Amino acid sequence: MTATSAPRTLYDKIFDDHVVDRQDDGTCLLYIDRHLVHEVTSPQAFEGLRMTGRKVRAPEKTLAVVDHNIPTTDRSKGIAEEESRIQVEALAKNAKEFGVEYFNELDKRQGIVHIVGPEQGFTLPGTTIVCGDSHTSTHGAFGALAHGIGTSEVEHVLATQTLIQKKAMNMLVQVDGTPAPGVGAKDITLAIIGEIGTAGGTGSVIEYAGEAIRGLTMEGRMTLCNMSIEGGARAGMVAPDEKAFAYLKGRPKAPQGAAWDAAVRYWETLRSDEGAHFDRVVRLDAANLPPIVSWGTSPEDVISVTGAVPDPELIQDEVKRASKKRALEYMGLTAGTKITDIPLDVIWIGSCTNGRIEDLRTVAKIVEGKKIHESLDYGMIVPGSGLVKEQAEAEGLDKIFIAAGFEWREPGCSMCLGMNPDQLKPGQRAASTSNRNFEGRQGYRGRTHLVSPAMAAAAALTGRFVDVRTLG
Amino acid sequence: MQPFTTLTSTPAPLKVVNVDTDMIIPKQYLKTIKRTGLGTALFSEMRYKDDGSENPDFVLNQPAYRKAEILVAGDNFGCGSSREHAPWALLDFGIRCVISTSFADIFYNNCFKNGILPIKVTPEQLDALFDDAERGSNATLTIDLENQTIKGPDGGEIRFEIDPFRKHCLLNGLDDIGLTMEKAPKIDAYEEKLKQRAWA
Repeated sequence: MTATSAPRTLYDKIFDDHVVDRQDDGTCLLYIDRHLVHEVTSPQAFEGLRMTGRKVRAPEKTLAVVDHNIPTTDRSKGIAEEESRIQVEALAKNAKEFGVEYFNELDKRQGIVHIVGPEQGFTLPGTTIVCGDSHTSTHGAFGALAHGIGTSEVEHVLATQTLIQKKAMNMLVQVDGTPAPGVGAKDITLAIIGEIGTAGGTGSVIEYAGEAIRGLTMEGRMTLCNMSIEGGARAGMVAPDEKAFAYLKGRPKAPQGAAWDAAVRYWETLRSDEGAHFDRVVRLDAANLPPIVSWGTSPEDVISVTGAVPDPELIQDEVKRASKKRALEYMGLTAGTKITDIPLDVIWIGSCTNGRIEDLRTVAKIVEGKKIHESLDYGMIVPGSGLVKEQAEAEGLDKIFIAAGFEWREPGCSMCLGMNPDQLKPGQRAASTSNRNFEGRQGYRGRTHLVSPAMAAAAALTGRFVDVRTLG
Repeated sequence: MQPFTTLTSTPAPLKVVNVDTDMIIPKQYLKTIKRTGLGTALFSEMRYKDDGSENPDFVLNQPAYRKAEILVAGDNFGCGSSREHAPWALLDFGIRCVISTSFADIFYNNCFKNGILPIKVTPEQLDALFDDAERGSNATLTIDLENQTIKGPDGGEIRFEIDPFRKHCLLNGLDDIGLTMEKAPKIDAYEEKLKQRAWA
């Protein structure tokens, strides 16, 4: 492993620690410690292995779980939609044939792959983690180097346990101050993306630091790192600390006993050195941050809940102006409309961004004893995993949600990308705790506003956006 | 993988920034377990009307661009999801080269695994290429990967940068996994060293 006296960033350290081979041009072969696999981006990779007679090199470092396609209604009688069923069956068959551990749709450990990894202690500080899913950046919350890959790379990792990589740039996002009550990780991440743009992190790995980041729970840090990809970054990470260790201790796949102690000693070294070089530094003051709502069809199209829909005519660049005009047209909005005047049809709470127990507790606190607004078509809550669902039910949260008029579903990706039957109808407008407001993302011609769980819950009660800070 | 050496084609202009992979291929087409046959799904929500008929306004439906093998697009092409179905759909439609000012990392990577050349140019060069592309079948571009050039219809030439290893693999149609397999002893040695870390 590379010996150097120059101060290094957290990313430098983990990268250096995993270099198997370095070519003269800087192209590296990077060892991959953990590989998460799901049903949508893996069938062609397993098929590739079969066609070439290759094996999975390290099945014990690979974990498969079904999440994207499955219905969030009762699954005990199978999956009605044929193509989805075939894809799920293909994963089950491939996992068995190649000796990979697999959580199927009836297993209570099943859930969204990025919620399952940390929950099982499969995600650990200092490891390299990949998955054929862009939101793999989530795992960076634990100080892992984690990023999404394509299906060809899934096949490459299955066959070789390595990835061909060039070193990315280092970017520091420093978030100081303490956010107001009701403002949290989702608002911080949306504000950062609004600041840097969806290509702002391209070619970089982001390290998040500062008082506001240290103050976040592990779940908040996962929300933050999850959306690093929406800012274009290859990965996002937070230096691991006591909070990360406490979250992982005792998890089924986390080290135990002496191995745990040795691991913690190593993990404590995982922080950027004093004076380490960052190619770019972005600063944000969380103390003055309002709740954020997206208005367009890119996660960079964000504004304060106290603001109004911006006017694309003011944009100088012709192509960009046309794109933002197109976004407003798609969203059915006119410039100048106050965010709090936008009427909603659907509230959707869940996803690898905001489908964890802390998110559900936040929602329950706001909606307890109240009813979702009569103008809404429906409100749906989808826990991120079977274990999140079990925990929520043990705390009685499900009863609060159902009494308020929400649908309480089985775990999965659900309407975050609408590969299963949970989709917006054309023209329907949702407040969503997910991560992407792209055209058609949550359903053909569906309209998505990205918000935090607290903002989604508050909007559920009024049928339109409200500043959650005013709820008291 | 099919090698990429030179390519001459009418370029199709897609004047949209932040074209995401959901736009390139929407989710309903991700349920396939194959890599092929996705060309008809390319840009489906922009390309077809609600009744399934073609939207004549969409660039790839216009006569001059129906057989375009080069796509010229706005900033930050291919952002969002990691779905390799996006390059698979482009390739199946016939597009082998995408030109923009910037690409999202995962999409950029995925292109090279499928014999597609993504070219980064400056905003000024992109504007000029948009102008060329808007001339329809009266204008063709010639991409020469070996010499790293784009030749325009009026004899103009743009030189582009590309990582030498990626270029080598693309020119020769090399399979990454095969190349890495040759380094198996180094992977073995790394795994041996890993044993000192009981938790890893």
